Amino acid sequence: MSEVKILAIESSCDETAAAVVADGRRVLSNIIYSQIDLHTIYGGVVPEIASRKHIEKINPVIEAALEESGCTLSDIDAVAVTYGPGLVGPLLVGVAEAKAIAFAAGLPLIGVHHIHGHICANYLENPELKPPFMSLVVSGGHTHLVNVSDYGTYEVLGRTRDDAAGEAFDKVARAIGLGYPGGPKIDAAAKRGDPEAIEFPKAKVGDSEYDFSFSGLKSAVLNYLNHAEMKGESVNPDDLAASFQKAVVDVLCEHAQTAVREYKVKDFALAGGVASNSALRKSMKEMCEKENVRFYCPSPVFCTDNAAMIGVAAYHEYIRGNFANWSLNAIPNLKM
Amino acid sequence: MKIIAIDSSGLVATVALATEETVIAEYTVNYKKTHSQTLLPMLDEIKKMTELDLAQIDAIAIASGPGSFTGLRIGSATAKGLGLALKKPLIEVPTVDAMAMNLWGTKDIVCPIMDARRNQVYTGIYEFGADDDLVRIHEQFADDIGVVTGMINDIGRPVIFLGDGVPVYKEAITEAISVPYRFAPPHMSRQRAGALAYLAARYYSEGRTVSAADHKPDYLRVSQAERERAAAEGKSENVTTSEKIG
Repeated sequence: MSEVKILAIESSCDETAAAVVADGRRVLSNIIYSQIDLHTIYGGVVPEIASRKHIEKINPVIEAALEESGCTLSDIDAVAVTYGPGLVGPLLVGVAEAKAIAFAAGLPLIGVHHIHGHICANYLENPELKPPFMSLVVSGGHTHLVNVSDYGTYEVLGRTRDDAAGEAFDKVARAIGLGYPGGPKIDAAAKRGDPEAIEFPKAKVGDSEYDFSFSGLKSAVLNYLNHAEMKGESVNPDDLAASFQKAVVDVLCEHAQTAVREYKVKDFALAGGVASNSALRKSMKEMCEKENVRFYCPSPVFCTDNAAMIGVAAYHEYIRGNFANWSLNAIPNLKM
Repeated sequence: MKIIAIDSSGLVATVALATEETVIAEYTVNYKKTHSQTLLPMLDEIKKMTELDLAQIDAIAIASGPGSFTGLRIGSATAKGLGLALKKPLIEVPTVDAMAMNLWGTKDIVCPIMDARRNQVYTGIYEFGADDDLVRIHEQFADDIGVVTGMINDIGRPVIFLGDGVPVYKEAITEAISVPYRFAPPHMSRQRAGALAYLAARYYSEGRTVSAADHKPDYLRVSQAERERAAAEGKSENVTTSEKIG
């Protein structure tokens, strides 16, 4: 049987991306146009500006993905698109475009959950990784601890009750003047700082051992800064970044460790934009070694929002015959 | 020459299949469902009903703005996707021009109005010339309804209003207008892809097409974030999108 080739489109936030993926494992092309520079002056992603840029970039990005893969639409078996969760305006551009391409090319359409995509990014560079495994998805919009019991079967064990981890990074980075996007800036500053310098509270969610809460930690950081300012004390931003980052990483690792033990899995896969954070990678790897669990984490290019991961998730829907119809809509708060 | 025409700029979603001579099919829905859910199923229905071979399509016409930002992008992304897959060009037709075509042949001036929120309308002022061509007296623009009625009063000729802005601004129009005026009946009062296709066919014959990649909506307005930022910097609001986003 010849390979199944999927053209995948992702536009849920501020990256316009398209990819061609074969058999859910092999990336034939992976084109990402990042708008980050457009949004930096606003200190975050502006949905209307993002939507406008998506409509300008989407055709060139898809055409580049097809060209680089050496495929024409006649070589493609299905068109896949992220239909949620994400920003509704940006999502709608990708969804409308994907539907029209699939319709005009006579191809089946597959709607993909953005977080499934992040988890599936782990299949791309790790041919040996197979379900069951435990996954932690950490990004600007999501913090999900997920038990992957089979291909395409996801059980959410824990999620954030308020801010996503990446959101907390952005807000703290802004508060200490590091700018946007917060993740890489905090990561860099933390390398120069002392993670034990300040002890921030670890957020506990009373009734769940797997759920997260980061707004309390964020408030603690802001309070710390306010107190220091009132007392005329100077704050070392590197120490603060390192201590804050440690508080986030510790709680993520603790929950992941509990889940790994409880579910007796042998594999653990980190995913999402914040999976690029060096301290998080290091701590998770150490936790996995201690638990005798294999650790996986995608390369940064597959951690950030990309369409290759959507093509992987779509492949498993394709195999199961799970296709969308022409009324597929964008669902900004799509549940998992 | 066959054209698919799409307009999802306002409350109505409308799709047509047409040649220079014939509207083969037109599907218009004025219902609360989102355009994202309705547009492709409508086109699919037209394809099935008319046994359309998509390879026969020469171009895709799109109401290129103004209108609801999200609505415009749903239409644009649909047209761009069709153009990409079929390897066919797009024909951009200004939304308000296409609406004015609904009243072809009238001796009165024609004023389509779309609700643009913020107490404004997207509009334009038109007449049909000696050879029955659509003539723009004022090219489409966004402004307060009071400014629009003032302009029409200055022209001093009878006027017909149409568009989804009519129910919203009927009272304001009635109060401010000093020339004889009428409101178009329902079948002429909303976007119709058949009218869009007629103008598009003429553009096509004049070679006025764009590539699917190059097409983007003409919003007539910058985003709120840019507007606020420009205001904070003391700049004029009248900066174009391309200047700001670049």
